[in-house]
Order: sequence, then structure tokens, then C-alpha cells
Amino acid sequence: MNFDYNEEQQLLADSVRRFVQKDYGFEERRKIVASAAGHSDAVWGTFAEMGLTGIPFSPDHGGFGGGATDLLSVMEAFGEGLVVEPFLATLMGAQCVARAGSDAQKKAILPAVVEGRLKMAFAFAEQGARYDLAQVAAQARKSGAGWTLSGEKRVVLGAPAAGRLVVSAMAPAGLSLYLVEAKAATLKPYRTLDEMRAADVVLASAPGELLGAEGGALPVIEAVVDFATALVCAEAVGAMKFSCDATLEYLKTRKQFGVPIGTFQALQHRIVDMFVAYEQAKSMAFLACSQADSATDAKERKRAISAAKIKIADNARLISQEAIQLHGGMGMSEELKVSHSFRRLTMIAQQFGDADHHLERFARSD
Amino acid sequence: MDLNYSQEELAFRDQVRGWLQANLPADLRDKIANYEELTREDLLRWHRILAKQGWVAPSWPKEWGGTAWSVVQRYIFEEECGYAGTPPLIPFGLSMCGPVLLKFGSEAQKKQFLPRIYNGDDFWCQGYSEPGSGSDLASLKTKAVRSGEHYLVNGQKIWTTLGHYADWIFCLVRTDSGTAKRQEGISFLLIDMKTPGITVRPLILMDGGHEVNEVFFEDVKVPVQNLVHKEGEGWTVAKYLLGHERMNTGRIGGSKRELAKLKEFAAQQTKNGGTLMDDTRFRDRLSRLEVELMALEITNLRFLDRMRRTGQPPGADVSMLKIKGTEIQQGLTELMMQAVGPLAQPFMAVNGDAGFDEFTAAIAPRYCNYRKTTIYAGSNEIQRNIIAKMTLGL
Repeated sequence: MNFDYNEEQQLLADSVRRFVQKDYGFEERRKIVASAAGHSDAVWGTFAEMGLTGIPFSPDHGGFGGGATDLLSVMEAFGEGLVVEPFLATLMGAQCVARAGSDAQKKAILPAVVEGRLKMAFAFAEQGARYDLAQVAAQARKSGAGWTLSGEKRVVLGAPAAGRLVVSAMAPAGLSLYLVEAKAATLKPYRTLDEMRAADVVLASAPGELLGAEGGALPVIEAVVDFATALVCAEAVGAMKFSCDATLEYLKTRKQFGVPIGTFQALQHRIVDMFVAYEQAKSMAFLACSQADSATDAKERKRAISAAKIKIADNARLISQEAIQLHGGMGMSEELKVSHSFRRLTMIAQQFGDADHHLERFARSD
Repeated sequence: MDLNYSQEELAFRDQVRGWLQANLPADLRDKIANYEELTREDLLRWHRILAKQGWVAPSWPKEWGGTAWSVVQRYIFEEECGYAGTPPLIPFGLSMCGPVLLKFGSEAQKKQFLPRIYNGDDFWCQGYSEPGSGSDLASLKTKAVRSGEHYLVNGQKIWTTLGHYADWIFCLVRTDSGTAKRQEGISFLLIDMKTPGITVRPLILMDGGHEVNEVFFEDVKVPVQNLVHKEGEGWTVAKYLLGHERMNTGRIGGSKRELAKLKEFAAQQTKNGGTLMDDTRFRDRLSRLEVELMALEITNLRFLDRMRRTGQPPGADVSMLKIKGTEIQQGLTELMMQAVGPLAQPFMAVNGDAGFDEFTAAIAPRYCNYRKTTIYAGSNEIQRNIIAKMTLGL
């Protein structure tokens, strides 16, 4: 039993936190969100220099050979700073390649990701499928030596910035994954409520390259989405920490009736419950990341990650809502960062499955 | 990062688990499993079995019978006892009076009391709360007036758990009512329950059980050598006790056992042609509770790991273990009662054999009884006050 980071993880955690505090403050972030691209190439370059884009990839491709536990502190820091860069999206796309791709595909894609030259996105969700990863209407057809894809994918995070997409589609032999050049698809980009960029992706006989075995994609998709779920759990913990800290600071400084409002017991007990919820969520993020890396079978992994997501979803709701309530009218204002952490936590609660979805999966994997 | 116990810790857990399996008397295990009331003899029997094994007071110094276990080993032992469903070790002697004597007692007091506490020769109870002093303990009024070689004690204690079993009571009493601060002028006294002038009156709780009492003191003569620490400095002693050994307040082992039982029980209850475990509404409530328990266990391990790394005693934030642990315990009793459905109502036979299952009949009273958990040992609101003040600086 050891909840400590090792030396490398600690150094990484410190440098990422320092970077976010120093160079990704609320004002810098605001400029990035308002920019045409909605992300910063300069920031991305720094991520690559710091080695962040290489953490979960093999040293064979220039990576660090780590896993979700190594990304935990990075995601926490990103959550605290509400980082909007397409980091998770890129990792998801590239994880599909790392887990299912041929040696040639890995060699073609992963070094570019690790070095910061290529961003990716994972197009797995479709209209009407809710959180069902296997419900896919997009079609893949053989065409000469290659494949063509047709269909529409919804809410593909990071797609507007991506050079390559990984797309799930139905092939004759079943659910399969394909690498698609982003420019071969038609993107309908938008800003998300939590100020990231996403797109609906329309594929009309777009050329694709089969990734992994035809018909064998579901276990890969599930593993990658579970990996990403563990990472958003860690990100949520950071956003929760910010929400709790900002609210505590507000209770200590905001005066009404001649005293700081933090002297009122009605408010004290509520912020205590926020901090307790944060600690419980943090424990479950540890579990999720640890199981994403080390679970010996898929059932064990699904059970642990669903348990974590249930807790994260419930507590994200509680903490984000209470943070606004305890800030009073100011919490409603777009000017305060706490209204932005509210939006991110609200979306995380549903990202990759809400509490109901994971309650169902948790019970099934008992 | 590694959420699992080390090989040595796992070996220790298996050793404890194996020993408990071999040494927990079947009749005691069944009584616990069936939610039956435990007698004084039941409690002392288990106490003495552990004393003989040398495991009854792990945290005490080795010279007084401690095990020299690490904080993690102590935690594992307590959780394994909970998981196996042993009778509880009554804390008043072993984890309250004992540690106080070890810290503040005279050599004579240690020699007189510690071996008897260890061996289960004396049954102890705690005299803290009074009718007018619950959460506001420092307002206590029970008086002790020095008269020669004795104190003369007058007043009343309430909620005295197992006072009707006790040979001794440790009490907070007021020895000086003229101090500027209410926390001053309080002293810590050890009182023999057989002393003339002590009356114990049962307080029957809503589940019909007798576990707490009122204790009345009328001109009770207590020898001055039974004063612990200095006269007027009992509050220091009381505070030390509150901070002592609170890593197992989450009672995770016991809740795991109850959760497994609840699942098994719910799987036997039929509904709509299936079982209650197939009922989404019930199942979701159960899953949320299970997740909450998983989170608490990891949180508890994180605190232990921090303690082990820093060598520092647990901070005020361990209060959250009490808050969450008791909420989970209550949640489990509530779901168990819900699982039994309309059969929650039968309670007590009127004459002779009512023909109902005693275990089933004990489920709803247990729900009633467990409302106490968020009230006792510092109500959960007091725990929130502690976190607000000590951890958050409010």
C-alpha cells in the first residue's frame, strides 16, 4: 500500500502544476478559449517538451511507458486549471493505435503524437446510442485494397484540432476501428458548454485504414473509453479541489451582517460536506487509474471504473452546485472561474456515462 | 502508487483471519450474525480469548501487553475482527481508560488498573454526558468536593453505555465551579461502581434494548488516589482521549460483512418473479452504498499511509471517517429493513411462540438502534464543526 507518487511522478506533478499556475491562469485560458482555434499551439509545444504527450506510450515510440496512474497528477492539475487543450482527445485516438494498431501504424502515428506534431480524436459516439459503445450505424466497406466509411459521429471531442481520427464503424465482420485523415471527413465544429472544441463528423465514402482486427474492436473501444474515464475522474478531482478551495476562500473573505459568512454554521457544514466529497472522489480516482493500468481482467476493470465514475458523477454534482450556492450571486457570474469549473464538472458527470449508466454496468459486473 | 497491502501485510491479514476463524466461538459468531443482544459474559469471554492470545490491547506499550504492531497492522486486525463478526471489544477500558492511565496515571494507578483492564477482570464504563451536557460537555455539573482523603461526588451521568455491566466508571466531574473558563476546574476520577450512593437506572431505547443507563451519584466517597492527572485538569485528559486512536471509526470491516449479508438476503427476497437484486430501484441504492464504502475504505487507507509516512497522529480530518462510516452503517440497516418488506413489522411475541423468525424480527429494531451512530461519540454535526475549525480554519 502506497499512495505516494514516485520521484518521477512527483517531479512531473510539480512541473505541470507550476506550468498551469504560471502560464495557464484564468486570463490566459480566457484568451485561448476565445481564439479561433480554441486551443494553443504554444501550450501544446510545451506539453510535448515536458513529455506529457508521451506518458502512456512505449519507449519504442519515444514515450515514457506509463499509464493512467502516471497521468493522474497531470489530469488533476489540468482539472484545477480547467485546461481546454485537446489532450484527452489526442490520448484516446493514439491509445486506439497503441492498443490495436500494427507495428507500421504505430510507427507512423505514435512518434508524431509523442513529439507533439500530431493531434488526434476518437469518433465513437453516435446519435441515439447514448453511452452504448457497440451501437454503431456508420458503415465500413471494402474498396480495393482499402476501406471507405460512411455515417455520422456525434460530439467528437478535439476533432477540429485533430490531424487524424480514429472512427468506429460496422464492417461485414462486425465492429471495427479505422484511421481516417481528418480532412477526408466533413466537420461541423462547435464550442462545448465547458469551453472545449468538438465536432460532429460526417463521413461520405471517406477512405479509412483498418486498425486492428476486423470485427474485433469492441474490447479495444471499451478499454480506451475506460482509460479515458479514469483520466476524467482524475481531472474532476482537480476541478473539485479548485471549487472547494475557491469556496473556502470566499467564505473567509466575504462579509455580511458584519462578519465573514464562514462564521455561519449552516455554511460551515455545507463546505465540510464538499471537502468530504472531494476526498471520497479522490480515493475513487486513485482506484480508477490504478485499475485502468493493472486490472487482470476486463470485468474487474469495468467494475472498479464504474464504481469510480458513479462517485465522481455524484460528487461532481454536489460540489459544483454547492460551490455556486455558497458564492451566492457572484457564483452565477461568467467572470468567476468557479462558474467555469461548474460547467466542466457538470459535463464530466455525464462524460463517458452518467451515474445511472455506470450503476447499471456496476451491477452487471458484480 | 499501489492500493494493495504489501506481501507482509497480506500474510499478517491471513494469519489474523485464520486465527479468528479457529478461535471465534460459534455461538458468539451466531449471536452477532443474528443481531442478538450480547450479555456481559459474552463480551468478557471474547475479551479474555483475545487477552490470552496477547491481542486484546494492540496499541498499548509492549511492557503492558501491547503487540508492537504497525498502524497498518492494527487497522487490519480491527477490520478483520469486524469482517469476521466478532463481539466488539468494549472500548471504555481498553481504548479509553487504559490509554489515559498510560499517559497521565501514577505508577500505582497503572499497576492497580491496567492488568485488570487487560485481562478483562474489570468491566469499565464512561461517565461523560449529563442531562444538560451533551455536545457541550464542558458545561458538566456533577460535583466532587474534596473532604480529607476523599472526594464527595454528587450529580448525574446519562447515556452510560453498559453501565449496568460495569465494575468501574471513569468520570469527568467539576472540582472547582469558580473558574473563569468552563474547561478549567474539571477533574478525571475513577469510581468503583459498588461504592454506596451510586444508582444505575436503565434507559430502554426504542428498539426495546437495554444498553444505556442513567447513573446517579449521592454523596459517593471516592478516595483521592483515584484522581487521574492533576485536580482541575481533567479537560486535558478528556481532549487527549478524543484524539486517541480513531483510525477505525469507519468500521469498514463490519460494514463489508453487513453488505455481503444484505446482498445474500436481498437475493432471497422474491419480487415480480425475480429477486430484489434484479429490482433496479433497490439495486441502485445498494450499489451507491457499496461505492460509498469502497471510497471510504480507500480514504481510510490513504490516512493510514499518511500516518505511516509522516509519523504524525491523524489530523482532525479523520472526523470524516466517523461521518461517512456511520452514514454507511445506517444506510445498510435501512436497506436491510427495506429488503425484508412487510415482514419488518413483527417485533415481539405477546405470549410464548409467535412463530416468526427471530432474525427477521431483529432487522427493524436494528434500524432503530443504529440511529444512535450519528449521534454518539461526538455527533456528526460536532464532527463537521471539528473539520470546519481544525482543518478548514473557519
